[in-house]
Amino acid sequence: MTNSVLPALIFMIGGFLIPFFKGRAKSVYMMFIPLVGFVNLINIPLGDHFLMNFSDFKLVLLHIDRLGLLFGYIYHIIALITVIYILNFKNDVEYVAGFFYAGAALGAVLAGDLFSFFIFWEMLTIGSVMLIWARKTKSSQAAGLRYLLVHAFGGLVLLAGIVLHYTETGSLEMLKLTLSGPGSYLIFLGIGINCAWPVLHPWLTDAYPEATIGGTVFLSAFTTKTAVYALARLFPGTEALIWIGVAMAAFPIFYAVIENDLRRVLAYSLINQVGFMVVGIGIGTELAINGACAHAFNDILFKGLLFMSMGAVMYRTGKINATDLGGLYKSMPWTALFCCVGAASISAFPLFSGFVSKSMVMEAAASGSHLMGQKSYVVVWLVLLFASAGVFHHAGIKIPFFAFFGHDAGHRVKEAPLNMLIAMGIAAFLCIFIGTYPKPLYDLLPFPVDYHPYTISHVLSQTELLFFSALAFTLLLLSGIYPAEMRALNVDADWIYRKSGKALYHAFDGILNPLNAWCDRVVRGTASRTAYFFKDAGAKISLFVAVNIWLLAGYRDQRLEIKKKKLYNDILHGTLPAGIGAAVTITFIFLVYVLI
Amino acid sequence: MEKKHVFDDPRNVKKLLKIFFSSVVILLILDGFYIVLSKTHVIHSHMNYQWEGFWGFYAFYGFVACVILVLVSKYILRPLVKREEDYYDK
Repeated sequence: MTNSVLPALIFMIGGFLIPFFKGRAKSVYMMFIPLVGFVNLINIPLGDHFLMNFSDFKLVLLHIDRLGLLFGYIYHIIALITVIYILNFKNDVEYVAGFFYAGAALGAVLAGDLFSFFIFWEMLTIGSVMLIWARKTKSSQAAGLRYLLVHAFGGLVLLAGIVLHYTETGSLEMLKLTLSGPGSYLIFLGIGINCAWPVLHPWLTDAYPEATIGGTVFLSAFTTKTAVYALARLFPGTEALIWIGVAMAAFPIFYAVIENDLRRVLAYSLINQVGFMVVGIGIGTELAINGACAHAFNDILFKGLLFMSMGAVMYRTGKINATDLGGLYKSMPWTALFCCVGAASISAFPLFSGFVSKSMVMEAAASGSHLMGQKSYVVVWLVLLFASAGVFHHAGIKIPFFAFFGHDAGHRVKEAPLNMLIAMGIAAFLCIFIGTYPKPLYDLLPFPVDYHPYTISHVLSQTELLFFSALAFTLLLLSGIYPAEMRALNVDADWIYRKSGKALYHAFDGILNPLNAWCDRVVRGTASRTAYFFKDAGAKISLFVAVNIWLLAGYRDQRLEIKKKKLYNDILHGTLPAGIGAAVTITFIFLVYVLI
Repeated sequence: MEKKHVFDDPRNVKKLLKIFFSSVVILLILDGFYIVLSKTHVIHSHMNYQWEGFWGFYAFYGFVACVILVLVSKYILRPLVKREEDYYDK
């Protein structure tokens, strides 16, 4: 046991205290939280801490190792940057939810067993949905609810998986799992929902663009990266992940080209980048896992930077659709510059951060393809190369071009507020710093790094790839073939529950409601008839037996009627003489005895 | 009178395009040099696949990839998925 505090608690409790501060003290206090958290984190020694016994389970609330620490560090960095970014919003809900969310993510990546991991995982959902609802528009309410439903379902799948896994193996340890048995498959799927695997992904592109300006920056950092962490921890080298990752890297770029909402374009490119990480984890070699983690680290910075620049545009102009924007470099030159740095980083330009991490995954795929029986990795490599060119196309060029250059939409606004510029400046600085001097990042990676990004062939080939993608963009734009941005909505896999959901509702309304009414009639009818019958069933049966005996005994007419009435009333009111009651009971017992 | 900005002047846009097109050509020339130098073992080349050694492989791949990306998005994906903006509210 150390003198340190659980890192998640610093964020969560620290966050809940924010509303008690006012004015400048509040700003200072908020920036203070991630700093204190960071100092606390670097002072915790490696190993297990905060052991707890919870009935039969041994819980490890804090497990410090290189993989968890890497994510822990970047979560602190992005939390600080985002907090600086949102200082001017004066929205306590956003502040508290943001810190709660960041704390949950920290808790999850530093959890030492599956159960504590699950608890923090669920808190992630709560924090993030508050950030979506904090926008307080009608569409954000609806998107938040859909987001909540998807993640509640995902959480249940994960929980079911953990329970089954525990009953199978008796272990809750966060160790590598192999895909065998329902438990591991359910855990795999539960993580996959948060990781935005294809078809499971629309919660991301649906909800992220609906969140608050700062909320989206928070959201882009934590949920998917925590899922990437969980895959790297539990399923490294699982081959299915390679193909899932390839699909993730490839399909969103097509959507990104035709999407009008620029934050949604970024949401699609977020899936595309996570695809690279998932491929790396699927390949599972040391180089590949290092590449996946390094890319997660960089992605949090440059994707955060891009979302921040788009957020600043939205804050100043009130618009986010490409059709309403353009020419903003005139009034927001700094934001435009920072956006270009983010764009260059995500596109993996030499000297920018994406260059030193994405290529590790590519290299791992290429060297994997020379192994026996892994010929198919060539396809992986080619698709990833396609995705690299594509990401430059939609995130690297499209975002800055349509927002800051291109057709001047006539917005004459002020430059982004100072705190936003500082936040973007820090992120931009880190992108360039890591890109030019990757050693500090490489030193943090889970495995020792023997990789040199700056070889002549790598720099030359990557520059060629990007410049000719840009050439394609330029020529298509000049020739008018490039698809014009349109005010339109592009249906995605969420159609399944948003539109067919309604069709399903009507179908069920037409079939189930009449069925329900019919069942209701049948049950009520049967019940009332049964009740009527059993009200005096005993008396009727007794009468039936008794009348036959009396007839044999010679009772007729008036006397018979009187006897019948008396017996009926006696049985109904339970006033049968004790002797007769006893006789009946004895006869009954005797009958049972004989029959058995 | 509003201040003139860099790209308000079409000459500047033209200049930028010229710089861009010449750098694209220069890259291809550099690639040729690189291949010659690595063939004669003046510099060590790190290649995973044979086709990486073809002249302009990355240039060709990047260009074709983006053209295909745009054409597929525009002529196949958009007609399939495009709906009115209030599609889900109806």
